[in-house]
Amino acid sequence: MTSAATGEPLVELSGVNKWFGDLHVLQDVDLTIARGEVVVVIGPSGSGKSTLCRTINRLESIDQGRITIDGTPLPEEGKALAALRSDVGMVFQSFNLFAHKTILENVTLGPVKVRGKGKAEAEKRARELLDRVGVGHQADKVPAQLSGGQQQRVAIARALAMDPKVMLFDEPTSALDPEMINEVLEVMTSLARDGMTMVVVTHEMGFARRAANRVVFMDAGRIVESSDPETFFTAPTSDRAKDFLSKILNH
Amino acid sequence: MQFFIDNFDILRDAFLQTLLLTVLSGVLALVLGVVLATMRVSPIPPLRGLATFYVETFRNTPLTVVFFFVIFGLPQIDTVVSFFTGAVIAVGMYTAAFVAEAVRSGINSVSPGQAEAARALGLGFGQSLREVVLPQAFRTVVPPLGSVFIAMAKNTSIAAGFSVSELSSTLPRLVNANAGDLLVVLLAVVIGYMIITVPMAYAVNRLERRVAILR
Repeated sequence: MTSAATGEPLVELSGVNKWFGDLHVLQDVDLTIARGEVVVVIGPSGSGKSTLCRTINRLESIDQGRITIDGTPLPEEGKALAALRSDVGMVFQSFNLFAHKTILENVTLGPVKVRGKGKAEAEKRARELLDRVGVGHQADKVPAQLSGGQQQRVAIARALAMDPKVMLFDEPTSALDPEMINEVLEVMTSLARDGMTMVVVTHEMGFARRAANRVVFMDAGRIVESSDPETFFTAPTSDRAKDFLSKILNH
Repeated sequence: MQFFIDNFDILRDAFLQTLLLTVLSGVLALVLGVVLATMRVSPIPPLRGLATFYVETFRNTPLTVVFFFVIFGLPQIDTVVSFFTGAVIAVGMYTAAFVAEAVRSGINSVSPGQAEAARALGLGFGQSLREVVLPQAFRTVVPPLGSVFIAMAKNTSIAAGFSVSELSSTLPRLVNANAGDLLVVLLAVVIGYMIITVPMAYAVNRLERRVAILR
């Protein structure tokens, strides 16, 4: 897919380091994501890819380095951080829909409480978004009544309702039954096509080939390789990436 | 039966004192307890420390000592409260520690992903707690909180030792005056407490079933 990216940087990480105790989970990470760009982060488990994704809206703090979104450095805490997070959509591996609220309320909570939108306006938009991800008829149910794939699509709608500048996906299909993975990937692919800036941590190589502008390969807390999907999958340069690809693409 | 008719006024007034004591202490304990629980899960270390200190202090002090402190200790720092107000403060502050622990365990039972999702949307700490975490914590907290409040209703009897004319305080007087009806006197007082605690237990049961459906 040709790039919808404008080249203007939206998310910038420079010299990012993080430790969990003695474990150096992020090592001198530099990464710039352009507006409209879709970056897929892959790598073996424990490589730091989820942690990297979670630092971008500061669900994980960093020990060294600098992260800016749209030119603004990530605030440490408080109202400024909350305001910044409202512009960064996040989709979790385990969906994390609000268990005590209906599907519709899940999607309207952010716009009403954070953006101060009126309830009617928020509901109208929420229904549009739920229709877009194909779960419009489930609006009045609670999350436990939906399948995993449906819940994850609601989670995407919930994030989109905030009109985010960038969407983070932290292994969005890893907790799903195989037959539900595609319905979620389809929604993500259409988002990518519409020009959403996306950071996607995933093991879905098909999605990476189809929708990514760039693949970032991580190992042991470092970015080992960063290239367009075609180059990455056909001609990886690092031994580590070759090894990883040989293991996952052979079966 | 004659005993009840003769002493109805005394028993009624004493019952109403116990009821009022229970309601006022209960409101104080609930409000203060939720505030303390919120402080204990807050991201601000001094607030956490303060709340932990409070909970550990009151949870590990006998209620009678708390009464002594409020009613005889406070005047030492030029704060005089009536016996009744002192009893409300003592029972309320003591019970708040237990309410805080029950609510905190409820908060901890909510999956961390719920609060993460709320924060990721841009909700602040207070909003996340109010909109997402506490409503879910409340479900698991209803049964233990019910036990805390039933214990509290009975704990108000300690106020009898501090000149509050509540139910238990009628015992010595009524027993002296009706020595032949000792069991009836005791029964009357027990019934007085049960009129308060049995509906509480029933309400807790109802509430537990109602919030369970939401799952």
